[in-house]
Amino acid sequence: MSTAAPIPAPDVAPVPAPGSPLRWALADTATLAGRQLAHLRARPGEVAGAVGFPILLLLMFVYLLGGMMDAPGGDYRQALSPGLFTMTMLFGLSATMIGVLTDAQRGITDRFRSLPMSAGAVLAGRAVADMVVSALALAVLLGAALLVGWRPTGGPWSAAAAVGLLLLLRFSLLWVGIWLGLVARGPGALTAVQTFEFPFAFLSGVFVAPVTMPAVLGAVAEWNPLSSTAAAARELFGNPGWEGGGWVAQHAIAMAVLWPVVIVGVFAPLAVRRYRRMSR
Amino acid sequence: MPPLAVHADGLRKHYPGSPAPALAGVDLTVPPGTVHGLLGPNGAGKTTAVRILATLLRADAGRAEIDGIDVAARPADVRRRIGLVGQYAAIDEVLDGRRNLVMFGRLLHLSPADARRRAEQLLERFALVEAADRPVSGYSGGMRRRLDIAVAMILAPAVLFLDEPTTGLDPRGRAEVWSAVRALVASGTTVLLTTQYLDEADQLAARISVLAAPRGAGGRVVAEGTPDELRARIGGDRIEVVVRRPDDLAAAAAVVSRVAGTDADVDADLRRVAAPVPDRMAALGATLAGLAGAGVAVEDLAVRRPTLDEVFLRLTDRAEVGA
Repeated sequence: MSTAAPIPAPDVAPVPAPGSPLRWALADTATLAGRQLAHLRARPGEVAGAVGFPILLLLMFVYLLGGMMDAPGGDYRQALSPGLFTMTMLFGLSATMIGVLTDAQRGITDRFRSLPMSAGAVLAGRAVADMVVSALALAVLLGAALLVGWRPTGGPWSAAAAVGLLLLLRFSLLWVGIWLGLVARGPGALTAVQTFEFPFAFLSGVFVAPVTMPAVLGAVAEWNPLSSTAAAARELFGNPGWEGGGWVAQHAIAMAVLWPVVIVGVFAPLAVRRYRRMSR
Repeated sequence: MPPLAVHADGLRKHYPGSPAPALAGVDLTVPPGTVHGLLGPNGAGKTTAVRILATLLRADAGRAEIDGIDVAARPADVRRRIGLVGQYAAIDEVLDGRRNLVMFGRLLHLSPADARRRAEQLLERFALVEAADRPVSGYSGGMRRRLDIAVAMILAPAVLFLDEPTTGLDPRGRAEVWSAVRALVASGTTVLLTTQYLDEADQLAARISVLAAPRGAGGRVVAEGTPDELRARIGGDRIEVVVRRPDDLAAAAAVVSRVAGTDADVDADLRRVAAPVPDRMAALGATLAGLAGAGVAVEDLAVRRPTLDEVFLRLTDRAEVGA
């Protein structure tokens, strides 16, 4: 009657291996992170797009728009590159949201929830995989920036600290992305988030100094968490930063730590609560 | 006596913010090793009931046990005993079939070697060996469903939930899924199947619970039994006589009315006389004898059971009226 002709024999299933809950929580996280990383291998085009877009922006700003920028130190590349690194971290937010939303809508999240696996591993696996992807994207972008003439001069430890702050920002936005992916009802919300990512980056010190903006916008831009990370990265990479600015601008490194900590403090509990409330 | 595979008692659920309850007291009893159909139209609460039984959703009231284990009190133990196949094939589109099975095997805490071995077994069992190395995104609907069911069978669960497993499939895909489900049942798996297709419940389920949600009242079971019992419950057999000559219609109607104890319906165009009868075999004999005695030439004579469609419509209509 059909191509499926299974054998009606008594089914002897294997027995789960023993292990402590902690061990399985780590193993489940690794399995789920591995699943996402396998997606990268299966769909290299998407990865190329995700990494390629910031590189395209880099080239546009350096070779097309850079000429009209009044850059500190006279070389826009030096101030721009740390800003683009920051913006790439921001783009990770919608990437996380897409993944969470897709899994929820396709019923994959429900299937995970129906398994006797570690509950926290679903979010933890997402977090690990997204951080790995962002670190790779950042590495590629750093290489591209070096190729077009960006020069970090702050020494290896400072540079490592700058990379650490960038990834810390990404980690905080990860939780915003998970939360948004869980509360979103459909792809419309995703489009909205993607649409606002760009203006959000422009309303910051990523591309230009906030002091050059109208007063109110400048103040908002100065307090934008992206400004702090971008300014801290410039400082640590030994690149020239924007002149002027208020207290936030003067304490960029401290704020680049504080902002992500606050964001994680707010959105990680929200995301976890939302995940738990799927059973209501 | 082994515990019931599924036992639900007075399940109620009202989603926060929803105007009407989803479930208004659902009872279910499924002995081990059987297929139980949960049949109902859209919005009757079938999926809600399954989600509660599969620990994905908490009931507001009532209790439910899988294999004798309370779903609310011991969800982790229940999850070890169930397989869930939801309305959408919940498998990874990007990975191939084999990797899906291995990944879910690992998430079910099989050792890597066991997960791989089990994947091969299930690929064979669900006729997916040839497709094993292809990404799921290229699978047909029937193949996806089979892989989905294979994933749910990794630990050979005590109870398999199939939530509308053939919705959106073409006839070939449906046939594939049906044959996979029959094979599962032959190997002793208990299946709780939700469906809005009557023929599907009729084909696969030993017993059926009909779920209906009268307007604003929430889903509840309006009838339960084997497909035959459900047909019988609405008092359903009808005798139909088609006469050869239109002149005989009146005589035939008199015979059928006497046997049925009620006025027969006469359709002159079809030359047909019909009436509901309580006892199909007795009615058949008495009608034949009566028609022969009256000298009526019969072209066709049949006792027809109502289709499950008719049963279903009448049961759900009754629930609507009773609300």
